Amino acid sequence: MSDTQIIDTVLARNRHDGTRLVQILREIQEQLSWLSPATLTHIADRIGWPRAQVSGTAAFYSFFHTRQRGKYCVLWSDNITDRMLGNADLMDAMCKKLWLEPGRVSEDGLVSVNTTSCTGLCDQGPAVLVNYRAIPRMTQARLGEMVGLIREQKPVSEWPAEWFAVEDNIRRKDILLGHELKNGQALNAALERGPQAMLAEVKAGRLRGRGGAGFSTGLKWEACRKAAGHGPNPAHYVVCNADEGEPGTFKDRVLLTSYADLVFEGMSIAGSVVGAKKGLLYLRGEYRYLLEPLESVLAARRSAGLLGTNILGKGFDFDIEIHLGAGAYVCGEESALIESLEGKPGRPRIRPPFPVTRGYLEQPTTVNNVETLAASCLIAAQGGAWYAAHGTEKSAGSKLLSVSGDCERPGIYEYAYGVTVRQVLEDCGATDCQAVQVSGPSGICVSADEFNRRIAFEDLATAGAFMVFDETRDMFEVARNFAQFFAHESCGFCTPCRVGTTLVRNLMDKIARGHGSPYDINELFKLHRLMQGASHCGLGNSACNPVFDTLNKFRPAYERRLKSLDYEPAFDLDAALSQARQMTGRDDAGAHLSNEAEA
Amino acid sequence: MTTDLTFQLDGEDIAFTPGQTIMQAAKAAGVYIPHLCWHPDFAPHGSCKLCTVKANGRFASSCTLEAQAGMSVENRSGELDDKRRTLLQMLFVEGNHFCPSCEKSGNCTLQATAYELKMMSPHFDMFYPDRPVDASHPDILLDFNRCIMCSLCVTASREVDGKNVFAMGGRGILGRRIHINSESGKLGDTDFALTDRAAHICPVGVILEKRKGFAVPIGERRYDKAPINEQVKEPLKEAAP
Repeated sequence: MSDTQIIDTVLARNRHDGTRLVQILREIQEQLSWLSPATLTHIADRIGWPRAQVSGTAAFYSFFHTRQRGKYCVLWSDNITDRMLGNADLMDAMCKKLWLEPGRVSEDGLVSVNTTSCTGLCDQGPAVLVNYRAIPRMTQARLGEMVGLIREQKPVSEWPAEWFAVEDNIRRKDILLGHELKNGQALNAALERGPQAMLAEVKAGRLRGRGGAGFSTGLKWEACRKAAGHGPNPAHYVVCNADEGEPGTFKDRVLLTSYADLVFEGMSIAGSVVGAKKGLLYLRGEYRYLLEPLESVLAARRSAGLLGTNILGKGFDFDIEIHLGAGAYVCGEESALIESLEGKPGRPRIRPPFPVTRGYLEQPTTVNNVETLAASCLIAAQGGAWYAAHGTEKSAGSKLLSVSGDCERPGIYEYAYGVTVRQVLEDCGATDCQAVQVSGPSGICVSADEFNRRIAFEDLATAGAFMVFDETRDMFEVARNFAQFFAHESCGFCTPCRVGTTLVRNLMDKIARGHGSPYDINELFKLHRLMQGASHCGLGNSACNPVFDTLNKFRPAYERRLKSLDYEPAFDLDAALSQARQMTGRDDAGAHLSNEAEA
Repeated sequence: MTTDLTFQLDGEDIAFTPGQTIMQAAKAAGVYIPHLCWHPDFAPHGSCKLCTVKANGRFASSCTLEAQAGMSVENRSGELDDKRRTLLQMLFVEGNHFCPSCEKSGNCTLQATAYELKMMSPHFDMFYPDRPVDASHPDILLDFNRCIMCSLCVTASREVDGKNVFAMGGRGILGRRIHINSESGKLGDTDFALTDRAAHICPVGVILEKRKGFAVPIGERRYDKAPINEQVKEPLKEAAP
C-alpha cells in the first residue's frame, strides 16, 4: 500500500471525523512511523479541519512525531522510581553503545534514545518504551541484547516475547480485587433495580472518585442524568478515565489487565444510570499494549449480550469504544481529556460549565476513574449499605495502592480505607523508611513522624501512588525529579504554569549544581504561592507541592547544597563555557574556569 | 437594572447585568482590572491570568467569573498586583522583548501594563528562546519573539474573518506556539490579508504591517499620552497606527 492509501484507509475507518483526530494520527503514525507535513495536510483536507489545527494537535502530544524519527525510538521511563533503579546509568550505557546523544536521531536514521514521563511500570522498572511498546525490568544484560537487535534491525514484533511481559504484582486483595462476581451479574442487578434505585444505592454506598479528587460519584451521576442533552443530536456519555499519568500510579493498568470486565461493567452501569448509550475508555498511550486484549474483552461482552442492544433482555442499549492518548499527563484532567477525545490539544476547559452538563461533544458527560467504575459493580451487586460498611465514615469502601520504591514487595495492595501508612510499609517490606510520596508528585510527601496518618479522604486522599523512600535517598533529588516532570507536562496554556514550572525546574537545577542561596529558596516559596492560586487547572495548582513539602519537611536536603547562606551570583562562569567545550570536544582542566568564590 | 445587582470591587459598588463577568461589569463601570488576553469583542480565553482577583476570598480569573450580587471582589490590592507583576515578568523573560526598538512601543498592552504595575526589572533570568521571524507575507511581518500566547489572533481570524489562519498548538514552554494554516507553516502561503481583523488585534508587537514603521513617533502614542488604567472606556484603536 502507498502512504496515501494507508492514510485514506485510516481516515475511512474513522469516518473522516475530525473529532477522532488523535486516533487518526496515532493509527497513521503506527504505520508510517511519523507524521510528515504532507500527511498532516492530507488529513486536514479529508476531515475538513484547518491544517493549523491538525498540526497544533499533532505538536501537542509527546508521542506524535512531526519530524522524522529513528526506525527505533527508545524512551526510558524517568520517574523517580526508575531513577532509583538505575535508569540513568542504563540509558547512558545504551547511548554509548549506540554512539548517540540523548534526544538525537542517529546519523543513519536508525535509532533515538530519550526519556519519557512515568510509564506506569514502577513496580517492575527500570522501564522503557520501544516504538511505544512497554518493556519492564531493564538490566545491563538485556540492554546489550537490545542494542544488538537494534543494530541487526530486527523488528520489535520479533523481539523476545518475555521482554514484554508485564506482571500484575497483586500483593493484597480486599473487596474489589477479591470479588466473586460473574460477568453480567452486577449489570443485571443494576438493570433490575432501575436507574433511580441504582443511583440511590451509589449514594448510599458513599462512593467517591478514586482519581484523587474524591468527588461524590452519586452526585456526579445524578447531575449528568438530570442535565438535558443539547442540539439536534442530544446524548449522554460515560467516559472512563484510564489516563493514569500520575507518576507512581499503576493500579488502573492492573485493573485493565485482569479486571477489564469489571471496569466495562461499571461503565455500563454508569451508562444505565445517566442515560448514556455510549461509553468511551480513554487509555493512556503508554498502555498501548493493552488495546488488543481490551478489544477482545469488548468483543466477548458483545457476544455474551452484555454490550450492544437490548442488553440482558432489559431494553438497555450501550456500547464502548476505546480511545488512546499519546503522551500527555494533563489529559488526566477531565476536561482536557474530553478535549483530547474531540481531537484537540488536551487543554483544560474553563469551568463552569462542568462536563456533567457540557462535556464530550458538548453533551452531558460523566468522567469517572477506572477504579471508581469497577467499585460501582460491587455496589450494584451487594448494595450501598454493604459497601459503606467497609472503610471509614467519610471514606467508604477500599482503595488500591500502587506501591513502589524502596520496599521488598512492590505492587498492588488493596485495603479498606483507613489503613495507616505504617501498616502499608510493614506489609510491603519497607525498612528504614524516610518518606512516602502519597498520590504522586501532585500529592503529599509524608515524613516518618506522620506514618500513623491514614489513607482516607479525610486524611491522606490519594489516587493510589505510594512511593517509598528509605534513609539513603536524597529527598531534594526526589523533588527535583517531580519539578522536571511538571515542567515537561505543563500544557502551556496559562502563564503561571507554563513559565512557573520551568522557573521552578531551573531553580532546582541551580541548587543541584551548588549555586543556590537562601534567596532561591524564597523564590521557590513565592512561585508556589503564585502558581497555587493563579493557575488554570490542578496541574499548575499542585506543581509546587513536592517542592513545598520537601522544603518544609526535609530542609537540610536543600541547605547542604547552598553554597553560602547569604549571596551567590546567578551567573556561572564555568557553565557559560560548556558550549565552547562541547564544540571543541575538550573537557580538560584548562577548559574550565573556576568561579571567584571557589578560587 | 435593580439596585440588587451590584457587587463590591475594592469597596466600590459595581452594577452588573445577569450573566456579565466581573471583567465586563468593571469595564462598563470604567474600572481597570489588568488583563492581556481578554478582549471585549470575544469570549474570554483565560490564559494570561493577569486579571486574577480575589472573589469572596478565593482567587479567580475575573474574565471568566460571573458576577454575583453581593460578591466582594479584591482587585488592586498589594498582594494581587504583586502576583500580576510576577506574571508580567514571566511573560517578559519567556519571550524576547526589546521595547526600545519595537514598533509597538507606546501602543503595546504588555508594556503599558508593566508600567501600570510598576515592573522595574525582569527579575528572572531571561530564557532567550529561539523564535524565528516570518517575513514571507508581502504585507505583514510576524515577529513571534513578542508573542504572549493570548490567542486573540486565533479567535479574530476564526470568528470575524472566517479564515482560521492561526491555531494555538504544541505543548509547554518549548512547544506551545502559533501554528500557521499552511503546509510550509509560512504566513505567505495563507490567505491572510491586511484587511483582516486578525491583522490588527495583536496586543503586543507580533503582527506588524510592513513598510510602515514609526508613522506615529514614540512619545505620541496611545499609552504615552495616558496610562492604561485611564483608558478603560476608550474604544480600542485597532486600525493600523
